[in-house]
Amino acid sequence: MVSFVLRRILTLIPTVFGISVLVFLMIHLVPGDPAEMMLGERASEQALQELRRELGLDQPLHVQYGLFVSRLVRGDLGRALRTNEKITTEIAERFPATVELSLAAMVFAVSLGMLAGVISATRQYSIFDYSSMLFSLVGVSMPIFWLGLILMIIFSLNLGWLPLSGRLSYNVHIQAITGLHLIDSLLTANWQGFRDALWHIVMPAFTLSTIPMAIIARITRSSMLEVLRQDYIRTAKAKGLPPRLVHYKHALKNALIPIVTVIGLQFGILLGGAILTETIFAWPGIGLWLLNAVYARDFNAVQGGTMLIATTFVTINMIVDILYAWINPRIKVS
Amino acid sequence: MDGEKPHSPRAEAFRRLRRNKTAVAGLAIIVLFLAMALFAPSLAPHDPLEQSLYAKLKPPVWQRGGSWTHVLGTDDFGRDLLSRLIYGARISMVVGVVSVSIALFFGTLAGSTAGFYGGLLDNAVMRLMDLLLAFPSILLAIVIVAFLGPSLQNAMIAIGVVSIPRYARLVRGSVLEEYAKDYVQAARALGASDARLIFVHILPNCLAPLIVQTTLGFASAILEAAALSFLGLGAQPPTPEWGAMLANGRALILRAWWAVTFPGLMILFSVLGFNLLGDGLRDALDPRLRE
Repeated sequence: MVSFVLRRILTLIPTVFGISVLVFLMIHLVPGDPAEMMLGERASEQALQELRRELGLDQPLHVQYGLFVSRLVRGDLGRALRTNEKITTEIAERFPATVELSLAAMVFAVSLGMLAGVISATRQYSIFDYSSMLFSLVGVSMPIFWLGLILMIIFSLNLGWLPLSGRLSYNVHIQAITGLHLIDSLLTANWQGFRDALWHIVMPAFTLSTIPMAIIARITRSSMLEVLRQDYIRTAKAKGLPPRLVHYKHALKNALIPIVTVIGLQFGILLGGAILTETIFAWPGIGLWLLNAVYARDFNAVQGGTMLIATTFVTINMIVDILYAWINPRIKVS
Repeated sequence: MDGEKPHSPRAEAFRRLRRNKTAVAGLAIIVLFLAMALFAPSLAPHDPLEQSLYAKLKPPVWQRGGSWTHVLGTDDFGRDLLSRLIYGARISMVVGVVSVSIALFFGTLAGSTAGFYGGLLDNAVMRLMDLLLAFPSILLAIVIVAFLGPSLQNAMIAIGVVSIPRYARLVRGSVLEEYAKDYVQAARALGASDARLIFVHILPNCLAPLIVQTTLGFASAILEAAALSFLGLGAQPPTPEWGAMLANGRALILRAWWAVTFPGLMILFSVLGFNLLGDGLRDALDPRLRE
């Protein structure tokens, strides 16, 4: 197990190296002069020169890459054009919001998705089965940016139950410990803050969870169906065990492996979907920040943000692989 | 067998497809959208770009203040929503065809050469594909468009590039599987060139998973293009693209629910159509998955 974990961690190195090359080369996709694109047509020649020097664009390509990597390694991504803040500071401030949103979405997706999948499988071809499978088909086809808007119209504008957007009301303060509002407010016994944070996160988290939820429901159903056909399940039923016990204890446990894999894969979808969800709900996370950098043509910030998200993504995938091998020792052989 | 003649594999697949209700439903939806795209000029009651100061923000016909002139209402420029939705089908179908073609072409090329020649080439190509998969796909598409500049054309390129690895992996796997079979070795012994082996002998036998992937690829291409346009990185106003229409409708969310609701429904149903057909095709073409 230890050698597997080490080997898997080592494969991260060439991947991150590759990502850095790709992200580095992206600025050369810009048609024309990136410095001019960033500062606008009326920028003075001096300002342009300065920016080119700062970005290293006046150097040969391999030197540029060397500069890029040495800055990355030192954790220096430069300054954001709009705010002149350090990009690393800006990212660090916003990262917890994205993490909290993704985790909350995952809670929705896993709990509702697995529940729907198990019920569908145990009552195959029932009305519930058909409708939950129809919902999951609709779920994977859902433009989540549209779903978010529709939920806003229903739950904020018409019913007035949930706040329209943002992460907290302006008059609510939560002392930062982990950066995750829901957890911090619980730790400091700040009930008003907890309620406010919860009310704000429900809609964005549900929106973000639709696609993973649909996928998890489908895989749970098919994996459960396969297990339910096996002899030991028939034996357990024949012994007279209550169906609920057989389904949730005997069957689900063995159906879990493909489900866990799929859940791991969903984190990537969440990171991508977070960009859209955060835009709609004005959620102050990394996705919204990255998009604003795109709009401001702050290529430096876009590169930094992309590097960070992609690295997070491959790291999560690595952790999932390791967890998977831990749950299912057979996998290590191959 | 109920006394019928034995079916060819293709006829058998087609028969299974026809029996598969989800696939038929998906196909029906797609045909509807295709017809909308093809006959947009005769179906649309108005010019999709025509503005009218007097008909701003008209509600749909069944709501107070609505009229049959604008069945689904108008947007803040007084443009007829129904006509714009119908023309939007054209754009989405083109987006699907163009970006799937890009991905299919380069993916097949990369996957088949990698699988056929193996060795260093295989390693290099597949590591590059892994690298593209190291990004969440919508993020990579956004970033590519960010650097190329926002336009529908660049969005289609970005979406195509982002989905190349899916096809490359699939084709490589199938080529590896087929390559080991006797018929390929027989053709090689008869002196067939590499290109002939790949394109005439091997690829036609790898078609089934590729067809499924292509169908599902249409769904994700339409969805991703709408997302990019919604973010202002794809089709630019006044193009009647569904995602761009939603972005415009978002500003009207308090006053005109119809400008938000209908473009989204179009995206949802067109994507659903391709997903349904893709699922059905998988069941029909891949007997291994049959229950």
